[in-house]
Amino acid sequence: MNGTYYISAEQMTVGYDGKPLIENINIQVKRGEILTLIGPNGSGKSTILKSMIKELKLIAGTVVLDGRDMANLKERDIAKKLAIVMTERIKAELLTCRDIAATGRYPYTGHLGLLTKEDRAIVDAALETVHAKDFADRPFSAISDGQRQRVLLARAIAQQPEIIVLDEPTSFLDVKHKLELLDILKSMVREQNVAVIVSLHELDLAQKISDRVVCVAHNRIDRCDTPENIFTDAYIAGLYGIEKGGYNALFGSAELPAVTGEPRVFVIGGGGSGIPVYRFLQRAGIPFAAGVLQQNDVDYPVSQALAVETVTVPAFAAIDDDAAARAKKLIDGCKAVVCTAQIGETNRQNGQLSEYAGEKRTDAAALFDAVREGRL
Amino acid sequence: MQTGTPERNTAHGRQARLILGFALLFVALLGFAFWNIVAGSTALSIPEVFDGLLNAQSPHRVIVMDVRMVRILPAILLGGALALSGFLLQTFFSNPIAGPFILGISSGAKLVLSVTMIAFLSRGVAVGSIALILASFAGAMLSMGFVLAISAKVKRMSMLIICGVMIGYICSAITEFVIRFADDSNIVKLHDWAMGSFAGLKWDNVLVIAAVVLPALVLTFLMSKPIGAYQLGEVYARNMGVNIRAFRIALILLSGVLSACVTAFAGPISFVGVAVPHLMRRLFKTAKPIVMIPACFLGGAVFCLFCDLIARTAFAPNELSISSVTAVFGAPIVILVMLRRQKEGSR
Repeated sequence: MNGTYYISAEQMTVGYDGKPLIENINIQVKRGEILTLIGPNGSGKSTILKSMIKELKLIAGTVVLDGRDMANLKERDIAKKLAIVMTERIKAELLTCRDIAATGRYPYTGHLGLLTKEDRAIVDAALETVHAKDFADRPFSAISDGQRQRVLLARAIAQQPEIIVLDEPTSFLDVKHKLELLDILKSMVREQNVAVIVSLHELDLAQKISDRVVCVAHNRIDRCDTPENIFTDAYIAGLYGIEKGGYNALFGSAELPAVTGEPRVFVIGGGGSGIPVYRFLQRAGIPFAAGVLQQNDVDYPVSQALAVETVTVPAFAAIDDDAAARAKKLIDGCKAVVCTAQIGETNRQNGQLSEYAGEKRTDAAALFDAVREGRL
Repeated sequence: MQTGTPERNTAHGRQARLILGFALLFVALLGFAFWNIVAGSTALSIPEVFDGLLNAQSPHRVIVMDVRMVRILPAILLGGALALSGFLLQTFFSNPIAGPFILGISSGAKLVLSVTMIAFLSRGVAVGSIALILASFAGAMLSMGFVLAISAKVKRMSMLIICGVMIGYICSAITEFVIRFADDSNIVKLHDWAMGSFAGLKWDNVLVIAAVVLPALVLTFLMSKPIGAYQLGEVYARNMGVNIRAFRIALILLSGVLSACVTAFAGPISFVGVAVPHLMRRLFKTAKPIVMIPACFLGGAVFCLFCDLIARTAFAPNELSISSVTAVFGAPIVILVMLRRQKEGSR
């Protein structure tokens, strides 16, 4: 059954200096598949990756690469199949980015490592792929961390591997380059049928690119499953030890813990208009309530995470008198009421709530001013 | 290095620099070699030099071949060996101020050599070239063993250097101690040698030096591919297909043989191993081993020819020890390197 897997770790125990850190790891990846390792800092993601690329000695178990035990494979043979992008800093004095990318050709060049025309073309193409052509001739030590990461990816691409192992490749990248890097990985997987093992910090990105996800936590492999099964609010919150409701699987984002206490502001939101106000109040440390929201509203998951209390009605349901009554009770206890919602057919009652607030009613801009001036 | 000015390293520019650099080194090598033949207590004219070089019956033959050349050739070979050994050690420890002298490797070789020489000489047995090299190599490996053990524990590059210097001091102290117990007749010879000098070698020594250094140079050059990979760090080198264990052993043995050979015949010579690789990096603006290996060898040869010329002629008829001259020129380079690092680190 191993035939279908390109790389598989079987009963692998990893650790440093013979001391086991994580035992009995089983990880398999097929070609054309992205496997992502997620988990809290220090959970052992890097240790697993380093063990799979033979940088760390296995304490027990085997890693099988393309049907052969990696322990018996020659470095050079491994190099033609497996490329890495690790977090180690490279001290590359006087080497240009092109030089670094060209080291990917190492397993293919002759005894003195001289590049042929074909090698150069491959290196050029790899630099092109990661959009590094513009700074290809600049010293590697003189470019930004993000650019360096891309050059290292070009190096891995030039190696023409069948599997790429990347340890937190997005750490130093800005949003645009994060997406770009993952897009490159995706297309390598699609077009060249490469297998990818990558560890990521960004859960939203992991959710977007992974075919399968391995969760490493508490010195064990907690779960290994499809992203649909892994990225649920409760599971991720538990994995990272964040408070309930703090992680939102739909958005793949995490929220800071809610401010607790008696709500001082009531926010009538809807259709995403409430979120900026929720966030503002959360930053200012002011407890607030929110409502009345239909449970399919974009505002709903955020208010769930940030508001002391949210008055809701079921998805697609019109706001009923019962919900309005509960909202009125909360409004009575608040100092200010902000209505950001557009009033329409199903949330007509929200308009009435706004009327009900009377003197307490204010708009978002006035509320922000009041908070900044300490009047709330 | 010059990160402030993003210069364009075009293929053309690189090639031109390569050709110019090596041309400069060759001209300097020939120039200093020739100057070394001409200059000395008996000054020779240029026709006399050529006569001595080419004509076996020439009255100048002895002075040209058996006094000057027999000193110039070791200076070239051993100078090159030192610089190469330094380059290998800098690569191995990824430490820009590593070198055979600073890490105490030369001193270790000196210690074992002294003991061996005294043991041989006190029994009235002459020490052969091979025995000299073997003793020296054993000493070099002894120090290297200590340095490696320390480097496994400390990751800071300054700590490694400090430990190396300490090992050097300990070895030198023991050497002094050993020499005190030697016969009077041995002391003079040992003392001269322990200070470092290219003088007093014979043609058969030169042949042995060439037989050791030149193959080591070729082997090192053949290793330029894995050395280049290793410059990116162990992790990436392994991923490029380098057998790290075998590579590290080969590197240690080669740098050990090179510095042992130098110490065996010329005594410990300071700073060449550290300074020359830096000068060559500046000259060629690259760290690629395929360039650096021949460049360091030539550069070391030129540097030592230059320093030996000064050692011989500056205060003639008195000779300076070669190490004091190499220190005068080499140490400031090391200081500059450290200052530059400091500046880069703080940025």
